[in-house]
Order: sequence, then structure tokens, then C-alpha cells
Amino acid sequence: MKPAFRNLTAPASSPGQMVAVTFDGQELTLVEGENLAAALLAAGVDTFRETPVSGAPRAPFCMMGACFDCLVEIDGTVRQACLATVTDGMNIRKPNGTSDV
Amino acid sequence: MESDYAIIGGGVVGLSIAWGLLKRGRSVTVLDGDDGSFRASRGNFGLVWVQSKGMNQPRYARWSQESAAAWADHAAELGDATGHDMGLRQDGGLTLFFSEDEMEKTVSDYETLKAKLDGNYPYEILGGNALRREEPHIGPSVIGAILHHQDGHTNPLRLLQSLAQDVRRLGGTVLTGKQITGVEKTDLFRLTCADGTEIRAAKTVLSAGLGAIDLGPKMGFKAPIRPQRGQVLITEKMPKIINRPSLIARQVDEGGIQIGATNEEVDFNDDVTQDGIAHLAADAVNAYPILGKVNLIRSWGALRILSPDGLPIYQESAAMPGAFLVTCHSGVTLSAAHARFLPDWLEGNANAPDLEVFSEARFS
Repeated sequence: MKPAFRNLTAPASSPGQMVAVTFDGQELTLVEGENLAAALLAAGVDTFRETPVSGAPRAPFCMMGACFDCLVEIDGTVRQACLATVTDGMNIRKPNGTSDV
Repeated sequence: MESDYAIIGGGVVGLSIAWGLLKRGRSVTVLDGDDGSFRASRGNFGLVWVQSKGMNQPRYARWSQESAAAWADHAAELGDATGHDMGLRQDGGLTLFFSEDEMEKTVSDYETLKAKLDGNYPYEILGGNALRREEPHIGPSVIGAILHHQDGHTNPLRLLQSLAQDVRRLGGTVLTGKQITGVEKTDLFRLTCADGTEIRAAKTVLSAGLGAIDLGPKMGFKAPIRPQRGQVLITEKMPKIINRPSLIARQVDEGGIQIGATNEEVDFNDDVTQDGIAHLAADAVNAYPILGKVNLIRSWGALRILSPDGLPIYQESAAMPGAFLVTCHSGVTLSAAHARFLPDWLEGNANAPDLEVFSEARFS
């Protein structure tokens, strides 16, 4: 998929190490320490979750912790991706209703 | 500008009255405050609620019941006119109990009230197991609940939006950013605003919430009301996990869970406090443990409008006949009554509701 967003600095010049995470079972290689929402967008993830009420797709909107549209489940806890940073081995999933609560 | 009625205050109470008068062919001008005004209409919990109201004054219980019974038509008519869904659900509401003693005491009080209401007080007692069948996510510290079948809830912001929209559609004039500085009566009322606007009207209704504290005495009312702060929380949107509303939590039509509410005597201060939020969250998680893993997305404070006994005040001014004070805590619950029944009282019709017990004569 062609990402709608890209890093302004090339990955090679990035200070962080490349680490492996999974998003809904798919392996992604992201820069450790980067903002998770930005890193997922740059990696081409365009749907972070579906809303529990209507099932509409959602992605980051405000990127500053206010809108709660970028919620993802990180290692079992639903959190805002824009307030999380990339760490090695993160298991990220789309939040999935009450079964995960 | 001249109207049959000038309504001071453009919240749910004032707009409900304006809407009802417009439906009867009266001309109405609504004078509303600005963005800095305290607005219970934008900060409330959205219940259409009967249980526990009027424990010491059955007329208040009946008035709430009359309004709740008229709410379905009220919501449908506003919905048809504006295209908005009021999100009204009236399939009962819960009071949750954490001790047997507390529940027995409340049941005994409800039985006393039920007798005064000729038996019209349809509630049932749910033990722990029965409650868990109704509300699977209830926690172990809840020992039971009272389910009252006349209770429900709505989306209060859409109610406000719909009233504001439909009052204009019906030909009402709504002026915003107005601060009333003077009220005089000769043959007509003359209301003057800080910005120089002058409004003339045959009758005037003071429904300005806490604004009536200053304005009331100038119009011949006692208006003994005070602010009481309520802080509330709302969570991220969730699939259905709470079926019926309680005073602790309700799941709104859009999926978020609204958690309420503190009762704080802090004068004109609508701040949110860490202590207030922490207690609300702890109480909600105690009742519904599943909430412990749900994200909170907003918190806010708003000010209730309370009379000394918590009941509404409906009073015509003796000093300025034709001026009416309407103020209450439960503007959402009473919206249907204010839109559909109160105009008869303002017009002095024979079929006016009996609101004698709500006069200011009780504050001597």
C-alpha cells in the first residue's frame, strides 16, 4: 500500500533503531522511539480501528491526545496511539469491542 | 421589537416554554446569554427521571410523571420537525444499592410515596441475580437495585439543539449575547440590555437559571436559588455494555458512558477537580468493574440550579403582574411539561396545571 504520510527524514538518518512490531498480525518494521501513530501512518496503516457503534473506520485525527480516534490495543490495553512510542516487539491490534475490555 | 412574550434565558427551560407558546400562536422573543454564561443545559446528565423525586411533595412526583409521560410525543414532534433523533429511551432506570439497609430504607420511602400517588409508582426490586440478568456487567459489590419503569434518558445536547432550531423555524426570535440590565413595566414590559437592545412584550418569563439570582429580585421575586456543582466524566465509545441508566452511569445513544455526578457547594465555580474525578471513577468501577479498562475522554463541571427544597419554582410576580419565574433543577425531565402544559398556566387558561405548591409562598 502507498502511505499517505512519510517521514521527512530518511530512515537511514533516523537516530532510532529499526524494531519489529505486529499490527493485527502483520509484521511491521518501525523506528524505535518514534510516535506510534505517526510511525503506523508512515508504514501505510490507514485504518487503526472500526468504531464499536457503527463499525466506521477510524484513523488518527488530532495527533495530540484529544480526539481518541487513534485508539489501538497495545499488548492487551486500549490506548491512544498518538500518545505512545514505538518499542521493540509491540503487539498492536485493532480494539475489538467488549471481548478485549 | 414587540412580542406577546419575552423569555429571559435560552436554555432547555426557556426554549421549551418558547416552543410551547409558539405552537399556540403567540409571538416570542428569547433573550439568551453568551458563551461565558453558566449553562446547565450543556453540562447535564440527560436523565428523564421520576424515581426519588418528590419524596416529601407528591405533587412534584406527579409533575415529573406527567412530563415523563409526555416525553415520547415531545421527542417525536421535535424529531419530525428538525430531523434530529433525541435518543430517548424510556424503558426504566435503576437505583443501585450497596447495602441491604440502604435498599430497605429506600423501598420503605417509595411505598409511602406510592400510597400518596394512588399506587401509580411502578417499580420493582431486583435482587443480585435478577439484576445481573438485566445488567451483566454489574459488579459483586452491588447487592440489588430498584428498577423504576417510568424512568429513562435522552441526548440532552440534541434536545437543546432541536429546541433552538425549532423555535426559530416556528418564527420565534432568539437574541444571543444579551445581558438584561433593566426590567420595567408600564402597559408593556420593557427589557433593556447591556448593549442597548430594548425589547417590549406583554408578558415576560424569567427562566435564566442562575441568572435569576440577580434578576429575580428586580422583578419582584425572591428567587432563593443557589448553584451546586456536578462533575461528570465520559468514556470512549463502547459497544452496548449498560442497558439502563442509573445515577452512577448511563450509556448514551452514541456509545460513550457518562459517569456522574458530584454534589458540591462551591458557589459559582464549575471547575473539574482531581479529587472529584477520582471519586466518580472509583464509584463507577465499583458498580461496573468493566469500566476499569475503558478510556475516559472528557470531564467537565456544570452548576445545578437548586431551590432550598430542591423543587421547581413557578411564580407570577405580585409587583409586576405578567412576569413569571420558572426555575428548576430538572429542566430535561420537565421539558415536555414546560412545552406542553406550562403555556396554559402562563396564559391563565382554565385547564392550567395546578402549580400552587411550587409558588414562592413556601419560602417565608
